[in-house]
Amino acid sequence: MLIRPKEGILDPQGKAVERALPALGFEGIHDVRVGRLVELETDDPAKLDSLCEKLLANPLIEDFEIVLDEGSSGNGGSPP
Amino acid sequence: MIGVLQFPGSCDERDALGAVRRVGEARLVWHEETDLSGIDGVIVPGGFSYGDYLRAGAIARFSPAMEAVARFAADGGPVLGICNGFQVLCEAGLLPGALLPNEGLRFICRQVELVAEDFRGPFASEIGAGERLSIPVKHVSGCYFAPDEQLEAMEATGQIAFRYARGHNPNGSVRDIAGVTNEAGNVIGLMPHPEHAVDPLTGSDDGLALFRALVAAPQAAAA
Repeated sequence: MLIRPKEGILDPQGKAVERALPALGFEGIHDVRVGRLVELETDDPAKLDSLCEKLLANPLIEDFEIVLDEGSSGNGGSPP
Repeated sequence: MIGVLQFPGSCDERDALGAVRRVGEARLVWHEETDLSGIDGVIVPGGFSYGDYLRAGAIARFSPAMEAVARFAADGGPVLGICNGFQVLCEAGLLPGALLPNEGLRFICRQVELVAEDFRGPFASEIGAGERLSIPVKHVSGCYFAPDEQLEAMEATGQIAFRYARGHNPNGSVRDIAGVTNEAGNVIGLMPHPEHAVDPLTGSDDGLALFRALVAAPQAAAA
């Protein structure tokens, strides 16, 4: 699950990262936004939508995207 | 009897108890308690419930005690959320809006001036519109946000309870909002800590008015 601050919502973390970049020599980078990544294993991916809406994201201030990796072994194996 | 919730990670529940006990009676309500019988008003206190993991207040809202508080509030019982308690009530949908990380990303701990609005509900009983209160804030996620159209509706119905006085907005809150109520006015939340402003010895006793109002608030309809 990728969870991001909604468009137009204040993202001070993204701003702080963006301001630090020129000092490190990274030029031409803008609109930095910092979100969250939640990884989990499930036998019932149909429920993920409601899981995001009810707990993992706050729909008032965050958007979420669900990325399924069917190939994962479920035993901590790394994706292909 | 006022019930003060206590989650793992709460830290201001004792000050809230002490504040209520200046004007009435109070006891702690452990987060696993589901029976609020005998409780006439609820405080959701400040702190870092469940470590503030995920988002501040996101996990506390699912605690057994909070389910009971949601029923208590729906029956019209008075509920006061302070700081983390405000965040919990927003996450639970008992109050409109959300609290974002402070604009400046820093933890802020300082005395601020609030201005009371002409707001609705029992908590307004001891505080006049336009009254200034000196109350401390201490938080890292206190930047109040709600969409514009929702804010317009809240302004129209008297749901904005407190604003930071001009020049005192510490965290980037939209429209300088420091505290709001639900539509009925029986649930209120604010980021500043009235329980830390109950004795002139520590600079101000302006916070007492909220606890007096809570103790005097009309009771919930019998469930």
